[in-house]
Amino acid sequence: MAFDWSAIPGSLPILWQGMLVTLQITLVGVLVGILVGTLLALFRLSPNRLLSWLSAAYVTVFRSIPLVMVLFWFHLILIPLLAGLLFPGQRLELRFITALAAFSLFEASYYAEIIRAGILSVTKGQFNAGLALGMNRRQVMRLVVLPQALRRMVPLLLTQAIILFQDSTLVYVINLDDFFRKAYNVGNTVGTLNELILFAGAVYLVICTLASGCVRQLHRRLTVLPVK
Amino acid sequence: MISIRNVSKWYGEFQALKKCSTEVDKGEVVVICGPSGSGKSTLIKCVNGLELFQEGEIWVDGISVADRKTDLPKLRSRVGMVFQHFELFPHLSILDNITLAQSRVLGRSKKQAVEKAVQLLEMVGLAEQRPKFPAQLSGGQQQRVAIARALAMDPIAMLFDEPTSALDPEMINEVLDVMVNLAQSGMTMLVVTHEMGFAKRVADRVIFMDRGEVVEDRPKQIFFENPETDRARQFLSKILTH
Repeated sequence: MAFDWSAIPGSLPILWQGMLVTLQITLVGVLVGILVGTLLALFRLSPNRLLSWLSAAYVTVFRSIPLVMVLFWFHLILIPLLAGLLFPGQRLELRFITALAAFSLFEASYYAEIIRAGILSVTKGQFNAGLALGMNRRQVMRLVVLPQALRRMVPLLLTQAIILFQDSTLVYVINLDDFFRKAYNVGNTVGTLNELILFAGAVYLVICTLASGCVRQLHRRLTVLPVK
Repeated sequence: MISIRNVSKWYGEFQALKKCSTEVDKGEVVVICGPSGSGKSTLIKCVNGLELFQEGEIWVDGISVADRKTDLPKLRSRVGMVFQHFELFPHLSILDNITLAQSRVLGRSKKQAVEKAVQLLEMVGLAEQRPKFPAQLSGGQQQRVAIARALAMDPIAMLFDEPTSALDPEMINEVLDVMVNLAQSGMTMLVVTHEMGFAKRVADRVIFMDRGEVVEDRPKQIFFENPETDRARQFLSKILTH
């Protein structure tokens, strides 16, 4: 079987556009995911039973549903419904927004558990030391516990970001042109689908391997840094 | 200054404190000793509301700790506490450890807070260590920083919860020296410790606790020379014979 890579150089600009979509989904998913995940973790650990229960329910539901289905439901039901309520009668291009929302809220449930574990890894003694100095609970959480927890979690958070980067290929189910789908489309049009998919796979492989290496380095640095 | 009246505390079925009472006057140094599990640490943590108790009252400078309307953070900002495991904040430099609560709780300016911190670090002999992180210091140094951190809030009283128990023997004295100076400067102190040498030097009174009860509460001379109960006598003979 002979390979024909000739279509790739000319289609790099198109592929780059797809990569931008992939990177945007990853970036927004990680940032919003960590933000919402932190809130969920704080709710989960709060003495308020209702908040704690709501957070637990959110995390359980999202972690029990395959990401593909979350994408589908957001695409078919939730986002069109919201758009219909907010902008009635307008036809809007919603697929990109849908992907951002679905990934952010889905990832939040995973980040919530990572962050909760990180918070719990900070000892009660540290919490008490903050309280004993006259700080209120919020200040202790923000100034003493979270900075330590987040520092310990950085490698895990980044590993989760790499997983998200790979999972973003799933947006093909809602016809959104990310890097993978652009490659697929080019291959389909030109007639060298195998080559384009191999190429796309190689790109994911290189990026993820490099990123994992960076995380390992970072992890080594952070563990050398005084923790306790 | 500190008034503990009939305080009882339960963990589920287990009664950790049984009607404990004592008073600490302004400028007094009171040492609490007793076997492990006797409730000493629990009692001292009740004083600044780090532990809750179900019965009794604790008053600090005329403010009730158990009263739900009491502003506990404000009360805690006026009572310093030093912990067994130092509990310096590992992500902050020595200097930032001491300035954090000064600026966030007392609202002091950066300049004021740093000045205060440096002055106290000089007092405990660690001024050169200010840019370092806690993990770069020995246990004894960390505990002296922790004392400075508590003093930076200008507390009206200081609580010590086994401040030397986690230290290597050769580091105990450097911490005790700081505490002795503090006691001699007139600070009101409630100290949970097994260091009977410290008690003999600077304590006004010694409290002996066992199984959640205050068994003895006497001027130190009487406590050491003529303890009333067998339990206290046994405890003293165990830790003083070495």
